[in-house]
This record gives sequence, structure tokens and C-alpha cells, in this order.
Amino acid sequence: MRKMIEGSRAVAEAVGLCRPDVISAYPITPQTHIVEDLSQMVADGDIDAQYVRVESEHSAASVCLGAVAAGSRAYSATTSQGLMLMAEVLYNIAGMRLPLVITGVNRALSAPLSIWNDHQDTMALRDTGWLQLYAENSQEVLDMHIQAYKISEDDRVLLPVMVCMDGYVLTHTYESVDMPTQEEVDAFLPRYDPLYKLDPDDPYTLGAFADPSLYQEMRYEIQQDALGSKAVIKEAARDFKASFGRWMGDVLDPYQCDDAETIFIGLGTVVGTLKEWVDVKRGQGEKVGALKLRCFRPFPLEELREALGNAKRVVVVEKAVGVGAYGIVAAEVRAALYGQANMPPVTCAMAGLGGRDITFETFEEMLKRAQAGESDFFAGMRAELLEAS
Amino acid sequence: MSAPEFKYEITRGFLPGHRACAGCGQASAVRLIMETVGPQCIVANTTGCLEVFSTPHPESAWGVPWVHSLFENSAAVASGIEAALRKQGKLSGVKVLAFGGDGATLDIGFGALSGMFERGHDVLYFCMDNEAYMNTGIQRSGSTPFAAATTTSPAGRESFGEDRPKKDLPAIAAAHGIPYVATAAMSFFADLRRKVKKALEIEGPRYIQVHVPCPPGWGYEERLSVEVGKLAVECGMYPLVEWENGKVTRVRKIKKIPVEEYLKGQRRFRHLFRTEEGKAQLPKIQEIADENIEKYGLAD
Repeated sequence: MRKMIEGSRAVAEAVGLCRPDVISAYPITPQTHIVEDLSQMVADGDIDAQYVRVESEHSAASVCLGAVAAGSRAYSATTSQGLMLMAEVLYNIAGMRLPLVITGVNRALSAPLSIWNDHQDTMALRDTGWLQLYAENSQEVLDMHIQAYKISEDDRVLLPVMVCMDGYVLTHTYESVDMPTQEEVDAFLPRYDPLYKLDPDDPYTLGAFADPSLYQEMRYEIQQDALGSKAVIKEAARDFKASFGRWMGDVLDPYQCDDAETIFIGLGTVVGTLKEWVDVKRGQGEKVGALKLRCFRPFPLEELREALGNAKRVVVVEKAVGVGAYGIVAAEVRAALYGQANMPPVTCAMAGLGGRDITFETFEEMLKRAQAGESDFFAGMRAELLEAS
Repeated sequence: MSAPEFKYEITRGFLPGHRACAGCGQASAVRLIMETVGPQCIVANTTGCLEVFSTPHPESAWGVPWVHSLFENSAAVASGIEAALRKQGKLSGVKVLAFGGDGATLDIGFGALSGMFERGHDVLYFCMDNEAYMNTGIQRSGSTPFAAATTTSPAGRESFGEDRPKKDLPAIAAAHGIPYVATAAMSFFADLRRKVKKALEIEGPRYIQVHVPCPPGWGYEERLSVEVGKLAVECGMYPLVEWENGKVTRVRKIKKIPVEEYLKGQRRFRHLFRTEEGKAQLPKIQEIADENIEKYGLAD
């Protein structure tokens, strides 16, 4: 059924359709309407879940951990500072191989305090062992949550998934979405039936410590399964298309990239703006393309090499700064292409930090400076502020 | 002469073969607790001595389902387990327990514990109180008593050890108005068992703080753990009290021995007996015990 709803509402309804048993979240630091909508759905009896109103994000993630360990499907959402506070538990959940889905709403990190969008929060958590998917629009973020549970709970994966969506730009924007029915989702996503759980009739010890003779192999297994999850993510996207008729890419989603001389890479909502701009540039006879990096963990190394192999230039629209080094995404794209024949130069254009709009003008600036040979720069800067300092 | 018959029923709770130090008060207390609880339970354990000595992968001393996540989140993990069991309709038959050391409970996990109390989860939380961070090398915690020397509150030329009194977490727990709070001691087996049994019959958040002597951390002979624990209670330093719905309902009467009897056998207090300045601290400790005795009517 098509309806015009807020991005947060789309996520809440999608999560509801996934039948979580336990939902736990903390109200601020900061939060979105996702958990408010889910609270209302529980209060109205629309979904049959235990809603645990915790005293911190650390505990929200910990409640989810306990619930999944006890054999239930769980959910949480948070953003920015809250994600940072969860970080310790997020590593732990991945290490314990507990399948879980949380929404990582992308917002800037303090200081200075900012509640607006960029990608510094989830990018800081890229090495936790969580798989990370980034959504372009409301329909994709809705569909992605349903796929995320399927990926996470797959016996070949058993790693948690963070669905990343841009704060405000997506969470607070109304778009038309096609909402699947409960029957459709039930047919796609089976009930959670874990191999191991906390059960007095079949007791297991979960979370034992590992000495140096064991730890490294455990990390190796996580690494292997995270890399292997790429196939499962692709499979989930294909199965989803077969069931729901929608396709928005699997690990990547190229737009006008086949003959593109310059390919812009983006994650999240900026890809929508990029596609619009690509249409404009194509109308002017310029061969530019947009490549959506839909899956950042696992990192789609081979797929990127293939997608970028024929480009003369790559520009990464970078919404997170690896302070003191490079843009996080650009560094990984460069590493992926390193040593490839005809490796295109990769420009890191940092922009959109703390909610700064990324517009066609920003892309024009990025293109011009990339063509001029600049490799790492901030785009869309206010020159008068820099001069004043 | 034949060896005495050794009667020990191996239950499905906390099993022998773990790596606790000789004389570990905590290991004995956990065994008593788990024998009382029985097999139909799930345990969430914080990082700490109990976790480390009972579950070096791939070994485990736990015959019941047991999970360890982090240092500060057992109350939240237990909350999640409880919520899952509630959803699954299994909560009536399965007890959810949490174990944390005093550092995990009074310090780093205090917020999570308060949250669990306030939300009313049906969880029985045990704080195993050995009065310092023993697993990491005897550092001072919020539960370290006044004048005890630890590796981060050492006695020195200008210090008599810990300069602050022990945080009164049982009273704070009781102030949440939860149905049951108790202090217990490994050394008083029957009393500990009775309190565990009582807690098991009550629904909602319950907190039992168990005094567990630590030979390497406190510095006394391993064979004396029960004795040392008894002295702590009998001098008024560790009052055994029960609260129901925020009100004190029962206390264990004591012999009211001088605190020196408890302090003198322990390395962590030996600096108090070596100098005149040290000896001058003893009345302050007696005062703490006397306050407990008066507050709870321990010697009436």
C-alpha cells in the first residue's frame, strides 16, 4: 500500500513488520521519531513487543544483547552521541555473534554540539564487526530493515547489521512509500530461530574469555564471515526483488556509470541529489556518473574495482573526516584501487558536515577542483569565516 | 583409618573445577547461592573475578545458561533476558539472575542497576562484595571501607589508605522501593541460603549484597575466610539487614566485638597498627561500626 509518511515512520512500520520481540531505546542524545512511533505502536497493541525504556544507550544495546542471547529478535535506534555511548556494547554484540538490527541515524558528533546530519558517527563504528548499510531514501530504508534482519540472522553471517540513514534529511522528510503487508514480510523473513540461546533445558555458556591461544582465530572467523556476508547481502537484495519487485542495488548501485569519465561516490541521501545533478550534466554532454555505496561493511572491494575500472576520475563525496589523516571512504576507495591498471585518481571532497547542505553548486566545485588536480579538500566552505579566523 | 566420607551433591549450578584462588569467599558464596536457586535459571555475569575464574574458553564451571557481556551492563543484559522471557511466556518458570562484583555494581554499572530497579524487572541481582577491584589487581572501589589500603588507595607517609567511607548501596537500592534488598555474608551460610530462598519467592527487582572475603586482596591466610567474614559482621562493620519495599524488616544481631578484632588480621589494615598515627584512626573505624550498630539496632 502506498502512503505518504515521514522517514522515521517508514522505519518504525518496517521494524514492526519484522515482529521484534524486544525493543529498547533511550530518548535523547539525540533520538528520532522512530522509537516514539514504535512506542505508540506497542501502546496501541499494533505490535506485540516488550518495550524497555532504558536509562542510557549503553543499556539499550545491552538489553538488546540480552534479549537476542535469550532467543528473541530485538531492535534499537539511536544516533550520534548515543551511538558513541553504545560503541563498547556494539563491539561486544558482534564479537558474541548475536544477530541484531539497529538503525544508526547519521548525525554529527560534538563538539561543537550539532544535531544535524553527517556521517562521522557511524563511520567511527566501521570496525566494530557490524555490517553497515546506507539508505538513499525512505523506500530504501524501509526495505533495508527487512533485508537487514534476514542478513543478520543468516547462519552464514550471524553478525549484527546497522542500517544507516541520514538524520533530518531522511528521518524527518515525508516521502511516498510502498508499505508491504504483514503476510508479505512474514513470507520473506522467517521467525528468529537461533542455533544457540540461553535456555535452562539446554544450557550454554556465552561470552567466555579467550586467551592468546584462541582470540586471533575468533577475530579471523568474524572477518571471514563479514567478508562472506557480501554474498548474503546480494542474495537478500535479489530475493527481496523477487518477493517485492523492488531493486535499489545490493552492495553498490551505479547510476549512469557505464561510460562515465567522472564517477562521484556517495552514501545515503546525497546520492539522490547526485543523480539529479548527473542528469543535468548529462544534458550538457558531460559524462558523469553516480555510484551509491550501499554497503560500507563489508567493504565491496572487487565490486568497486569493477565499477570504477573505466573511469578517468573518481570523486568521493565524504561526509566524515578521518581527522589528521584522510576522508574515511576515500582512503578505502583508494586502497581498493591501488595497484590496478589505469587506476583513476580519487579525489576526497569533504562536505555536508554538521548539516551543511550539499547542492549542485557543491558538486560543481568538487568537479572543478578535482579536474584541477586537487586530491583532498573541504567543499562548500564559507570563505568569510575562514578569513575572519 | 578410612578417609571421611565426602558428601557433595553436584548440582546443575556452579560446578567444581573452576580457577578461583584458594579460600575465595566469592566462589563459596556462589556455590551456596546456585545450590539454592537450582537449575531453572539464566545467569548474566559482569566482567570480574567470577567471570574470569569460571569461564576460560573452552571451559565453563556453569551448569546453567550463563552469559557474560561487559563490566557495567549485567543489570541491562539481565533486563533484556527478562524481557525476552516475558515475551516468550517463559518467565514464570525461569529465574533471571545477575552477578556483579562491587566495582561493577557500585561504580561502573551503577546507572544500569538503578535503571533495572526503577523499571521493575523480575531479576535477582547479586553484588559479590570483596570491597575492591580484585580481578585487576586490588584497586579501590566505591565499596572499599575507610582506611583499607589498596593499590590505588595505598597507605603511605601521608595516607592511611582509603579516605572515604564505603558507599551504602543497599540503602540506595532500598530507596528505589524495590520489593527486596538484603545484605548477606558468605560466612553465614544458613542466613545466605534463607535470603536467597526468600528472594526467589518475590517477584520484581531484588538486590542481595554478599560479603565475600578475598585472601589475596585483603591479605590473610586462605583457611580463614569464614572466620574473617564472621568478624566483619560481628563487629558491626558489615551489618546483615533485610529491607522490604524500602523498609528495614529484619537484622541479624551481633556479638559487638571491637573492630580491631576484625582489622588486625588483614594486610590491608596493618598500617593502622604500626604507628601511633595509624592507631589514632582506629576510633574512627569503631565509630563507623557503632553507627551501624545504632542505626540498625544490631546489638539490642
